[in-house]
Amino acid sequence: MKGYVHSVQSLSTVDGPGVRAVVFLSGCPLRCVYCHNPDTWNRQDGNEREAAEVFSQLKRFAAYFGKNGGVTVSGGEPLAQAAFVRELFSLCHENGIATCLDTAGSVLDRETDGLLSVTDLCLLDLKFPDEETYRRYTGGSLRQTMRFLDKTRDHGVPVITRHVIVPGLTDTTDYIDAMQALLAPYANIRQNDLLPFRRLCADKYRRMGIPFPLEATPDCPESTIRTLRGYWQDSKKRVSGS
Amino acid sequence: MTEQWYGFAEGNWQKRIDVRDFIQKNYTPYTGDESFLCPPTERTKELYARLQALFDEERARGGVLDIDTETVSSLTAYRPGYLDKEREIIVGLQTDAPLKRGVNPFGGIRMTRQACEAYGYRLSDKVEEEFRYRTTHNDGVFRVYSDEMRRARKIGALTGLPDAYGRGRIIGDYRRVALYGTARLAEEKKKDKQQISLLDMTAERVQLLEELFRQIDFLDKLTEMAKQYGYDISVPASNAKEAVQWTYFGYLAANKEQNGAAMSLGRVSTFLDIYIERDLKNGLLTEEGAQELIDDFVMKLRMARHLRTPEYNELFGGDPMWITESIGGMGEDGRTLVTKNSYRMLQTLYNMGSSPEPNLTILWSRNLPEPFKRFCSRVSCDTDSIQYENDDLMRPIYGDDYGIACCVSAMKIGKQMQFFGARCNLPKLLLLAINGGYDTMSGLTLGPQKEPLAGDVLQYEQVCERLDEYRAWLCRLYVNTMNVIHYMHDKYAYEKIQMALHDTDVHRFMAFGVAGLSVLADSLSAIRYAKVKPLRDENGYIVDFETTGTFPTFGNDDDRVDAIAVEQFKLMSRELKKTPAYRGAEHTLSALTITSNVMYGKKTGATPDGRKKGEPFAPGANPMHNRERNGALASLNSVAKLPYRYGRDGISNTFSIVPDTLGKNTAERAENLSTILDGYFSKMAHHINVNVLDRQKLIDAFNDPTLYPNLTIRVSGYAVNFHKLSREQQQEVISRTFHEAL
Repeated sequence: MKGYVHSVQSLSTVDGPGVRAVVFLSGCPLRCVYCHNPDTWNRQDGNEREAAEVFSQLKRFAAYFGKNGGVTVSGGEPLAQAAFVRELFSLCHENGIATCLDTAGSVLDRETDGLLSVTDLCLLDLKFPDEETYRRYTGGSLRQTMRFLDKTRDHGVPVITRHVIVPGLTDTTDYIDAMQALLAPYANIRQNDLLPFRRLCADKYRRMGIPFPLEATPDCPESTIRTLRGYWQDSKKRVSGS
Repeated sequence: MTEQWYGFAEGNWQKRIDVRDFIQKNYTPYTGDESFLCPPTERTKELYARLQALFDEERARGGVLDIDTETVSSLTAYRPGYLDKEREIIVGLQTDAPLKRGVNPFGGIRMTRQACEAYGYRLSDKVEEEFRYRTTHNDGVFRVYSDEMRRARKIGALTGLPDAYGRGRIIGDYRRVALYGTARLAEEKKKDKQQISLLDMTAERVQLLEELFRQIDFLDKLTEMAKQYGYDISVPASNAKEAVQWTYFGYLAANKEQNGAAMSLGRVSTFLDIYIERDLKNGLLTEEGAQELIDDFVMKLRMARHLRTPEYNELFGGDPMWITESIGGMGEDGRTLVTKNSYRMLQTLYNMGSSPEPNLTILWSRNLPEPFKRFCSRVSCDTDSIQYENDDLMRPIYGDDYGIACCVSAMKIGKQMQFFGARCNLPKLLLLAINGGYDTMSGLTLGPQKEPLAGDVLQYEQVCERLDEYRAWLCRLYVNTMNVIHYMHDKYAYEKIQMALHDTDVHRFMAFGVAGLSVLADSLSAIRYAKVKPLRDENGYIVDFETTGTFPTFGNDDDRVDAIAVEQFKLMSRELKKTPAYRGAEHTLSALTITSNVMYGKKTGATPDGRKKGEPFAPGANPMHNRERNGALASLNSVAKLPYRYGRDGISNTFSIVPDTLGKNTAERAENLSTILDGYFSKMAHHINVNVLDRQKLIDAFNDPTLYPNLTIRVSGYAVNFHKLSREQQQEVISRTFHEAL
């Protein structure tokens, strides 16, 4: 079947483990204030491509994936085209290629379970720890994302959560505390990545003629990430040690 | 058994000159990691600090520390020179003082004169007088060059031809000096000479006999040279230190005799490991001592210098020597040829800092020990100083004792040599074809004379047909030009000592090259898939193009254009073979430019791919800068499609990637790079230079040269100190694609 594909990036080492090829889909129901890919918001801006055809392009990179790498589908919101992604992932599995889904968990439909059945790893962007803030800064619902997280647990899909640290918004220990409380019940979470907010995308907004909501926000310093990462580790120890 | 060979496993190597057999019977493969390696000793640090001060002074003086304008360089022409006589472990300098350059006018007196003048010196009357009645290689070539050859050279259709300097790219088997001693080597050559003298005296055999006479003569000179430093190398080396010293003497002699464009070392690391292992076992050496020995050897190699003209530097920027040392690889029996000494050689980049020389080249196989793969990758990430070539691709052709000359030219050590053939300019060929043999840049005609292609839009079939005709003409001219050059080089500047360290019955390659392959491929793709309107001057010659519509570009793993690149490469390879090469040499072809892609571009008009008049080409087989839109792996895939069977002299790819794109930390980057190399080479790709750095670092270095004085980067089959490149070359390097995923 066909999907809406924004682009294929043949080499990434930051969208899942090892060396990966990444398919960026277009179309996303969220409008996060710090979105760095506003060019993937609208589905119709992508190219309509057959899953088999996209796979034939990805297959050319399989030799580079090694033991740990594979294919990652990102977005946009890949869950909005779950049937398409499922077909693509199934083709990957038939060819021994590991699959990784990079999502915000913002769409759930009857295709979700099928997709998770062929997903080896999920990168889940967990943006804000309470419903109100979530809605304010993303336009979506935290409850929806948590239901998706439930499903990954049901399917036994390992999850790496990702959290963008935005100065003045999420760069506090309170944020970390709340996240930890929220995620504590999920044994399938393998790792929590804190990603620094970067203004690199401001140019993209300018070119597209869209206002960038965080125009005035500075880059998140690496030191903040280090501190919060340390805090997360320590409190994890406190919890497990008690 | 010869006393110096105690403890070695016996074999055929004792009966005849066969270094490979010696290695195979005696070496110890190493599959462990780098934890055994030692840091530099105090002595090494102090000595290197002294050398570093000389490097700084050399740079401060405009790139040349000193020139001996009175002495013609040869094996015994100078008094022995030292960096620090008391503390050096390995001795021997090209002249009587460190970094002082000798003059070598055998290639051409005019070049020597100009080179002296460029640095504020004057070639002495003594040398001028000596060469007044002597024919140089350059004299010989120009006596015979046809008008057409001169013109092809002048307008830059054929460029960088070795017609005024040493051709280089010949690797003496310097290990033979250590294993056998010079007396035995001379004895074997005398036997060969005796055998040949029994045959009919054809011109070829007379030539060979005279060469053998000169080889034997120079083996004596080599012995004499070593004697000046207090060593008797007529006998085999008896320990590790002597093995390194003897090997180095062989290499040093070659450098004193020849100023070849590339003076490569071969494949010595694993050979030397055998001696080191023997000494370690017998308690004669410690690991620290072994590393110190290799550090000192490499320090000597880093001091090698030749005197060049500014025009030469424009082609081969950064004062390169191509002291290429091939490391690693697998044996035909499946054992790895990685030894502890492979690691020690790489460790020199940590012990004495990163450096462009020696040109450390990893022969990569998917079967290399994993710890070694990871170590190499880490060295790449840390130093940007090493390159990789596909052992799994070359071993079936060259066996397991080949080495790389220059950047990418594989040869069986001591058994094969090559006639270096520089390169021809493919985009210029396209423009000549379109304009019916008229060069719009110089206003000169060259090749078959025809009307420029007519019509408002260039037609793919028509252009290809024209190209076929002009390719056939250029290839014939190219081979014939090379034949003249190498006949004269053999006659007037024959490599006596290097050929003495080869088998007498040597296999010869003639190594041709192409520049601007990606510009040609993209131009043909534009003509085929978009609309290319030729813009004409008042005489009807096409001087520019207006391209409308989109077209696929090389470097995106798009078969539509990649197939064009493959086809054009194949056609060149086939066409060249139609004209016989001098001395029955086997024609080979490379896609390699060194830094000449800048100068070639300067001499070439606008091309249909949108490249403007005078703009640089991409180096080697690289896609054009910043036309890669699908990321690094797609770019690698495109280059990997160029078949090695058409490019047996090597297909060079220079690859720059931003550290963060390769992974979050050092360990991850090393792991990922190693995985990428496995993938790239599994596609039967030939070569890759790896840079792991940010463009911003280069821009900072460009703006403030004091920021990173030792910044080393891989450019095209070799590494350079960034500051030794011209401003133009630096800018071109900065404008290259840096793979980055955001």
